[in-house]
Amino acid sequence: MRNILFELKEGLLIALRAIRANKIRSALTMLGIFIGITVVVLMSTAIKGIDNSFQKGISALGTDVLYIDKWAWFTNQEWWKLRNRRNIDMEDYEKFKELAKLPLAVAPVTSSRQTIKYKDRRIDDVVLNGSNSDYVKTTNFTFDQGRFYSEIESNASRQVAVLGSDVAKNLFPRGDALDKTIKIGGANYKVVGVLDEQGSSILGSYNPDNQAFIPIGTIFKNFISHRRNSITINVRAQNPAMIEETKAEAIGVMRKIRGLKYDEEDDFTVNQQEALMEQYNSVVGVIKIAGLFITGLSLFVGAIGIMNIMFVSVRERTREIGIRKAIGAKKRTILAQFLLESSTICLVGGAVGLLAAVLLSMVVDQFIPTSVQIDAVVIAFVVALLTGVLSGFAPAYMAAKLDPVESLRYE
Amino acid sequence: MNIINIEHIAKVYEVGLEKVHALRDVSLKIDKNEYVAIMGPSGSGKSTLMNMLGCLDTPTSGVYDFKGESVSTMTDNDLAKIRNKEIGFVFQTFNLLPRSDALHNVELPLVYAGMSYSDRREKAKQALIDVGLGDRMHHKPNELSGGQRQRVAVARALVTQPSIILADEPTGNLDSKTGEEIMGLFQELHEKGNTIILVTHEEYIAEHAARIIRLRDGLIEKDERVESRKVLNTNSASE
Repeated sequence: MRNILFELKEGLLIALRAIRANKIRSALTMLGIFIGITVVVLMSTAIKGIDNSFQKGISALGTDVLYIDKWAWFTNQEWWKLRNRRNIDMEDYEKFKELAKLPLAVAPVTSSRQTIKYKDRRIDDVVLNGSNSDYVKTTNFTFDQGRFYSEIESNASRQVAVLGSDVAKNLFPRGDALDKTIKIGGANYKVVGVLDEQGSSILGSYNPDNQAFIPIGTIFKNFISHRRNSITINVRAQNPAMIEETKAEAIGVMRKIRGLKYDEEDDFTVNQQEALMEQYNSVVGVIKIAGLFITGLSLFVGAIGIMNIMFVSVRERTREIGIRKAIGAKKRTILAQFLLESSTICLVGGAVGLLAAVLLSMVVDQFIPTSVQIDAVVIAFVVALLTGVLSGFAPAYMAAKLDPVESLRYE
Repeated sequence: MNIINIEHIAKVYEVGLEKVHALRDVSLKIDKNEYVAIMGPSGSGKSTLMNMLGCLDTPTSGVYDFKGESVSTMTDNDLAKIRNKEIGFVFQTFNLLPRSDALHNVELPLVYAGMSYSDRREKAKQALIDVGLGDRMHHKPNELSGGQRQRVAVARALVTQPSIILADEPTGNLDSKTGEEIMGLFQELHEKGNTIILVTHEEYIAEHAARIIRLRDGLIEKDERVESRKVLNTNSASE
């Protein structure tokens, strides 16, 4: 054991001498590994970051919520078939609420995009949700200020609004939104509540942070015709384990309400975020593999660079190898010397690459979310070391195998 | 006591389809503290014999015992060990590592012997002082003259206190004055009890030795004591 450590230490010193003796060449070789490790780590932190962000966003929606809708989030059916389905209306909702026994909460939802103003500040194209006071029970919302609108306000279709955190921040930079009167589409609304930050930017306008909430009667009165528009029924299960049962019951109840015969297809869809997750994985999964493959290629090119240089280096140092062998270097000593040289180049390149990746990911984080994980750091080092050993092995083996007599004669 | 005992060794190289008999049938014994010159024209097999003696190569047939151990059957690793501990090489072209200073060149065999840093530094410094280069330790080979380079090589050969010193045309790349200095150094080493084997094709160099073995066509032509041995005033060597 002491011997191995001794040989490693001496081999490393010899390798460092060789690297220092060929500064430019070593630096250029390192550059290949540096770029490879940088892009691989950057790619993996970006993937991890997007994953995390999506998970966070989606869990803000609640993993135990079903969305009964005329439209399916993901489907193989042609869109016109879905379009020809009957609308889901408030009557369906009332019946559903009465008949479904399993849900923790049920709420009708419809939405429209509107401009919201406060004094000279305005935000265009905000998703404005209309629902009743039960809506908040179908979410995990927490409040920064105030509360959700009450049953009385909801039933009376009052002009009250609850704002998502980003909407509130934009309209009221000083954070004093509560009880202020805002204008939505020309009418006045009183702000009764402001949400805490909920989701993540990756959900875009589906992020509750960018939305506003008013009573459903109010939205029908002011913005959309309730004859022409289909609503969504949000159904929250008692707990995530009950979601399948709740879904089965919901389908049964909806078929009954809609008067469907046993041989008729459902004319509604029960959506759940699992489908969103699956869709995400199927799209992002491909991007992930492609991304890692392409960036992996650049690392591979770097490895070829190392191997190439090491072959040249062995050729160039044939005589040195002969001398070392003549004065007592064993095969494995020479092998170790060259392996340590290529590994050192890779590890240094890898370390610098990692550092660059961490710094760059801070920049990239401004545009897409990234997340540097400790496992990415470990993997980067292992990959760098493996690259060094694997790409150095063939040249090192060639060096170790050289015949001392012939290599001493080599000019 | 015999350090080297060679019986009927032969070495055959295959060059393409042709077989080249570098050594046909050579037997010789070399005792401790002998000073032997191996001579012969090019193609006589003296380089092959020297590689064989230096354990850089193994014979195709025959027996080679080094201090009673059979070299002919050794593995590469064992050969490396013997070269490291028992043999000190001095080459015509010096064969120093160009990018390392004199001290590192001299300590390298001790690195391969597994000696600790402080011990080997100590020994390497002493060896350089012994060959008169105490003030050139941190010079690189290209900052040294030919004679100085060969002295570094001699120091490297000596530093492990080997059983034999094997010198292959050690003066071949030096002018005659410097060559004489190096031969003085060898004479001194011999007087201190070292065993020296010198390969050369120059008669006046070989005359420094006490015994001359002449090779021709892979056979020993003559193995004789030197009657009128050239002896130098060796004070110059340690200046």
